[in-house]
Amino acid sequence: MISISQVSKSYGTFQVLKNCNAEVARGEVVVICGPSGSGKSTLIKTVNGLETIDAGEIKVGDFRLAPGVTHMAALRRSVGMVFQSFELFPHLSVLSNVTIAQTKVLRRPKAVAEEKARALLARVGLSAHITKYPAQLSGGQQQRVAIARALALDPEVMLFDEPTSALDPEMVNEVLDVMTSLAKQGMTMICVTHEMGFARNVANRVLFMDGGEIVETAEAAQFFNAPESERAKAFLARILKH
Amino acid sequence: MKVDLSAITSVAPFLLSGLLFTVQITVVGVAGGIVFGSLLAVARLSNNRLLSTFATTYINLMRSIPLIMVIFWVFFLVPWAIGWLTNGGRPVAVGASLTIYVTFVLFEAAYYAEIVRAGFRSISAGQYSACEALGLSKFHAYVYILFPQAIRNVLPILLTQTIILFQDTSLVYVISATDLLGAATKIAQRDGSLVEMYLTVGVIYFLFCYTASQLVKRLQGRLAYGAR
Amino acid sequence: MSLLFETTPDGVSRYIDWIWSGLAWTLSLAFGAWTIALVVGTLVGVARTLPGGIWPRLGRIYVETFRNIPLLVQMFFWYFVLPEILPQRIGLAIKQMDPPWGSFVPALVCLGLFTAARIAEQVRAGVQALPRGQTAAASALGFSRGGMYRLILLPQAFRIILPTLTNEFMTIFKNTSVALTIGLVELTATAREINENTFRTFEAYGVVTLVYLVIAMLAWSLMYWIERSVQLPSLVSGSARK
Repeated sequence: MISISQVSKSYGTFQVLKNCNAEVARGEVVVICGPSGSGKSTLIKTVNGLETIDAGEIKVGDFRLAPGVTHMAALRRSVGMVFQSFELFPHLSVLSNVTIAQTKVLRRPKAVAEEKARALLARVGLSAHITKYPAQLSGGQQQRVAIARALALDPEVMLFDEPTSALDPEMVNEVLDVMTSLAKQGMTMICVTHEMGFARNVANRVLFMDGGEIVETAEAAQFFNAPESERAKAFLARILKH
Repeated sequence: MKVDLSAITSVAPFLLSGLLFTVQITVVGVAGGIVFGSLLAVARLSNNRLLSTFATTYINLMRSIPLIMVIFWVFFLVPWAIGWLTNGGRPVAVGASLTIYVTFVLFEAAYYAEIVRAGFRSISAGQYSACEALGLSKFHAYVYILFPQAIRNVLPILLTQTIILFQDTSLVYVISATDLLGAATKIAQRDGSLVEMYLTVGVIYFLFCYTASQLVKRLQGRLAYGAR
Repeated sequence: MSLLFETTPDGVSRYIDWIWSGLAWTLSLAFGAWTIALVVGTLVGVARTLPGGIWPRLGRIYVETFRNIPLLVQMFFWYFVLPEILPQRIGLAIKQMDPPWGSFVPALVCLGLFTAARIAEQVRAGVQALPRGQTAAASALGFSRGGMYRLILLPQAFRIILPTLTNEFMTIFKNTSVALTIGLVELTATAREINENTFRTFEAYGVVTLVYLVIAMLAWSLMYWIERSVQLPSLVSGSARK
């Protein structure tokens, strides 16, 4: 469904992605982990074109991304993204946040958009907060709205860029629960995350990145029990100490 | 100090008509200034080199020269401009009001543009990313998401600039227009009631501007996004 | 541009001399008023930050009075109204001041006090932006109120407000033009006079506009240089660093 081939990207003289290769099958859940500055966020942002690539090619379904491709509108309709800082639109109500892209991008009639929004917000457990504004919600609630907002466009792929890193610990689980149920329903997902519990239990495969390269790819269970590369072993040792 | 109150009350209607003109200039200046200023701000951020250079140059130029100088310029140029558009080149006599409106829209737009630009910069970068990720077109993103937030973030400053505009209108004195100050001056010269007229005008301006600035302060408190 | 070197109606000077004269008045008024504004503005601004008593209130009255009346109206007050309401003898003395000074002095006082109100607000904002701990630390070290402001608070506050002061400095040059209404033949008045004498409006206005632009650039460069040389890394708001 998604294939990343020989993707490289540099900022000036600093090479942030070095010849990355990966495949994600339909319905797979892939977790990208690694130390800070390894390029995980940049890599995931290339999949929906938020970051351009200097070399290589990315295929998402029938859509082809290469250096110089600029028309991303079609791609973004089928790829949804959830950000670390939620990025809800503060001047719109929760309901409007979830309907606005439906009405403006997909040109759905308002009634249809609202119905879908209500259904999604119910699915993430936020029916009671439909008329509230983002500032009135907790971080965990805001992130769940953000997930509903992305799902409203019926994407085929969902990208999560450190979705729980900005949350207080007690709210992390409510978001992970939503992501887990999404995975169980068969959504194709790529998640950049530090939540190893989620990775272990929900992910099919793990991509370990360090210094801009995809150092190791393995089935989740295998990665956590018997990592092959030295760098992965060191990383896991540091992370799993607590 | 002798202040003759009847000198003021007898000319109140004329003063009021001057005040009306002041308010008219302010309203036109604000509306036109914000619209043109917002366009300038967006132009300045655009990827089109020509557009952004034009906008930046215009803004910096207008902000570097005195308003009185701009008034003189516009008064000189507008008859020629209209003539060029309609009459085949020769200057056309144009009413003072229209020229004044044009002056204030052109001048204040440069100031509003900078305020709107600050508004855009106050929006977190993630908002732009979120708009992109959702596939919103640039136009939709600006109109529905970015511009409303930008304006809301700088509303107090926009309103303060409007109060400044209200005060700036007094400079139409230099072309003998009959705004509030102009009306007061004409009466003062006719009746010899300088002290009364200028004090009155000072008080009127003070009341308007002080009240307005207090309201803006009140608004500033209410504008926070209502965080828990 | 040849206009500049033509002879004026009085047969003695050239138009460029008129421009020099206008420029001289503009600069004198601007720098003179700026000096008054800095001194008075700092005092009023500091007064507004004092803990209690009558000073903050007096400061507020000053600021509100001078900020809510247009500069032109204030100019008329100093020039026309003040001599009338002062005791006869003083009023007469003022009115008998020789022409350039009769206009210059009221303009100087007016513009200085007007700008002082704006500077007062900026000084107040700068001092109030400092961490509370600064005042506490200074007190604990035994500083008197005066010493605390002079040696600890104001040096920091001024660095914070340098960008807004720069703006004010450039504004004062523009505001000098208002003095033409009370007879001071500064730059803008010179433009009008040259125009009335030669009817070569474009050249007359054009040259003066260019002079204003040059002044603006020089003023901006001067303040930029000052900003850079007194910068403290911790207080940079991001403006002069680039």
